Amino acid sequence: MTLYFRRRLINALSLTLSLAAMAFGLFWLLWILYTLFSNGLPGLGMALFTQNTPAPGSTGGLANAIVGSLAMSSVGVAIGTPIGILAGTYLAEFGERGWLAPATRFINDILLSAPSIVIGLFIYDVYVAQVGHFSGWAGALALSLLVIPVVVRTTENMLRLVPNSMREAAYALGAPQWKMVLQVSLRAAKAGVVTGILLAVARIVGETAPLLFTALNNQFFSNMNQPMANLPVVIFQFAMSPYDDWHTLAWAGALLIGLFVLTLNIIARVLIRPAKSH
Amino acid sequence: MTQALNPKLAVKNLNFYYGNFHALKNINLDIREGKVTAFIGPSGCGKSTLLRTFNRMYGLYPKLRAEGEIIMNGRNVLDPNVDLNMLRAKVGMVFQKPTPFPMSIYDNIAFGVKLYESLSKSEMDDRVEWALQKAALWKEVKDKLKQSGLGLSGGQQQRLCIARAVAVKPEVLLLDEPTSALDPISTAHIEELVHELKQDYTIAIVTHNMQQAARVSDYTAYMYLGELIEVGETDSIFTTPKKKATEDYITGKFG
Ligand SMILES: Nc1ncnc2c1ncn2[C@@H]1O[C@H](COP(=O)(O)OP(=O)(O)O)[C@@H](O)[C@H]1O
Ligand SMILES: [Mg+2]
Repeated sequence: MTLYFRRRLINALSLTLSLAAMAFGLFWLLWILYTLFSNGLPGLGMALFTQNTPAPGSTGGLANAIVGSLAMSSVGVAIGTPIGILAGTYLAEFGERGWLAPATRFINDILLSAPSIVIGLFIYDVYVAQVGHFSGWAGALALSLLVIPVVVRTTENMLRLVPNSMREAAYALGAPQWKMVLQVSLRAAKAGVVTGILLAVARIVGETAPLLFTALNNQFFSNMNQPMANLPVVIFQFAMSPYDDWHTLAWAGALLIGLFVLTLNIIARVLIRPAKSH
Repeated sequence: MTQALNPKLAVKNLNFYYGNFHALKNINLDIREGKVTAFIGPSGCGKSTLLRTFNRMYGLYPKLRAEGEIIMNGRNVLDPNVDLNMLRAKVGMVFQKPTPFPMSIYDNIAFGVKLYESLSKSEMDDRVEWALQKAALWKEVKDKLKQSGLGLSGGQQQRLCIARAVAVKPEVLLLDEPTSALDPISTAHIEELVHELKQDYTIAIVTHNMQQAARVSDYTAYMYLGELIEVGETDSIFTTPKKKATEDYITGKFG
């Protein structure tokens, strides 16, 4: 009886503690969201998407920054995703023997936790300093270096979740390894791999440091060969400024990024669900 | 009739090792053409290991090693020069847990066929239907060939896997406890199927269910701790086993 009582007590205690931990996390998240919305909503309007970043004192929007962010993120993902999927597939499917896979995995883990400012400085040194000017391409390159390790890691992990019996079944039919990987393993892991890409996008859209040294900023629309406006750097600049108009725009931009990341995370959640159930 | 008694697979002095662990000990056995041979024995006695030497499945993993001979069509299957893909085209396998691929029912069947033949769309349609008929699944899925194979019930999935193996037109079918994850009705379906399929294929089936062995097989082999204790016609194994150990196992005194 006392044992039963003790068990109930421990159960109640751990339940309370975990609920408290959840409430603690949720509290900050909700506070952040509340601040974002209350400060960001006033700046939200058509002008935000149609007008460029203004000079102090005049009205404007974030059109060039939004487009710049989208362009550089897209190119970054377009470069980083294939490399990441190939490397992750190698690690999970081909890297059983030898030293190359463990070494790659180790380096990838370092890259995954490398401060993004280091990545920005690296691209500054090897690219921006060489060509002599900031550019959208440099920004996209820096972002792609952030995408690669995320995609490598999730691709490998998701492929490892594919049961070996599925691989054996393909081999038992006489399939060569590359066909098995392409048509069976990767297909089984598809939802997880796509989720990894979404999470990589979520990671890079808010990155400021790697863009400060590479794309910098631009008051106008620009092509990828010129310095390019982007939301994080604009937010940084406008938020640090003394002008109220700029503050409003900075909050609106922060809200945009916040909503975008939130949406990506929700999609990722939904995607990964059916993958787990079978 | 003599034709039917030819060994399809002749296993000679087969030894198998998982690293240092000696899992199969000097196995000698004929798998007769056009017959069903059942392998019974307690869990861990080496039934799956033996089956997986017939299509060299063990070769996927390092440190596993087979010695001896398995003669099929005059060639030693264990010979390193054997083309594994061609071997597996001739020796199909169905596993304990259904393993449909994450693709449509149609593509599940076509996957294996495409490895060996380039068929036109209508020829492939015919082959898919033929294989599903063979596996007694056609009626249930003919209107949803484009749906995912993962959406089928366990028993249907297992028949899909049988259809997938049959579609390649193998000579031998290896079934490793194909019904152990299934309900009684699906099990009965699969057992009927084994009866049908032996008209065209040589079948080796592992089962831990002795009634199943008695129902579906022509020959039964009893294994214990990596050794082949006794093999013979199923009727005589179950009525007049020669070895005491076999009798104990069959009568449930042991196992
Ligand atoms: N991958 C493996 N590595 C080491 N030992 C194994 C492996 N697979 C099976 N064994 C061992 O080999 C023996 C035979 O296993 P198995 O052929 O799976 O038995 P069965 O199918 O008759 O239940 C068992 O003792 C088992 O523990
Ligand atoms: Mg087994």
